[in-house]
Amino acid sequence: MLDVKAGDEQSFVLLLHRYRSPLINFLYRMVRNREQAEDLAQEVFLRVYRAREDYIPSAKFTTWLFRIATNLALNSVRDNRYQRMEISLDAPVTTDAEDGDEKTMDVPEKHPNIEQHLIEEARRRMIRQAIEKLPDKQRAAVLLHKYQELDYGEIAKILECSESALKSLLFRAYETLRVELAPLVAQQAR
Amino acid sequence: MEKKIMGYVDGRLKEGERLKMDEHLSTCAVCQLRVNEFRAVNVLLDELPMIEPSAAFDVRVNARVAAEPAKQSWWGWFAPSPRVAFAASMLLLATVWIGSYSVSDPPQIDQADVPVLENYDVISSFEALTELSQAVPADDASQQNQDM
Repeated sequence: MLDVKAGDEQSFVLLLHRYRSPLINFLYRMVRNREQAEDLAQEVFLRVYRAREDYIPSAKFTTWLFRIATNLALNSVRDNRYQRMEISLDAPVTTDAEDGDEKTMDVPEKHPNIEQHLIEEARRRMIRQAIEKLPDKQRAAVLLHKYQELDYGEIAKILECSESALKSLLFRAYETLRVELAPLVAQQAR
Repeated sequence: MEKKIMGYVDGRLKEGERLKMDEHLSTCAVCQLRVNEFRAVNVLLDELPMIEPSAAFDVRVNARVAAEPAKQSWWGWFAPSPRVAFAASMLLLATVWIGSYSVSDPPQIDQADVPVLENYDVISSFEALTELSQAVPADDASQQNQDM
């Protein structure tokens, strides 16, 4: 980031390549819409670029980056600007959006074990829905902790709370997930 | 305990805290079950696949960055118009010069006038002066002299 601050445009391209995927995945799981996640990720990179000259390396770059992303995502969810498309009963059944964008369900005929495939899809859907049900801040905490593997101090700074409050937040989130995913947890914990 | 369980599951507790937690778990079935369940949740969360950014993502970001106006410093404001810069600096110079001239020489009081000013109160309330006839303008006085 210091190279970007010094005016090295190539370093910005490197930052983009390095962080676009984790950022888009984080935002996707926050706003639950791929297109909106990419729009928000663009906005994050644009803000980073605009703030490059004022950047002071007082915290890790990832902390700063995900703080911008989290604020944008929380505002977006709060403002209800990006509403998730409700699946109409009349609309074609779609696959789990995790596989990419909403695609019409196409059970692969060549799949060696269709039943197994459907079970895996159902598991994923259940996990995704359990995460989606979490309150916004708990969801952000879990995503930053689990998928970005940031340490407690960084996540606390991103969410603007104390480390102690963050640990309580994560505990409550895992408690909810444990209950929501009880059938799967029971299999796993055996 | 609530705040330690996550750290224990993550393996982020300090050595001393971890040993205490091990000791507690060896005697507390409830906490042991909770730790196992949290670990199971952690494994389940790994099942969600990552999505890939769309092919157009980089293009869009680069286009938006390219459309950003170049940042200018405050003096860069004047760069497009040297005449404005020259006029502004001349105006500033004139303001400073006039300001310094007006405050540099305060009005001087002649020392000879000071006793008169000091006696002003006495003179203004001196009864003998009030009995004198009213002063007349100089032109009228010369006219009166000629009439005589």
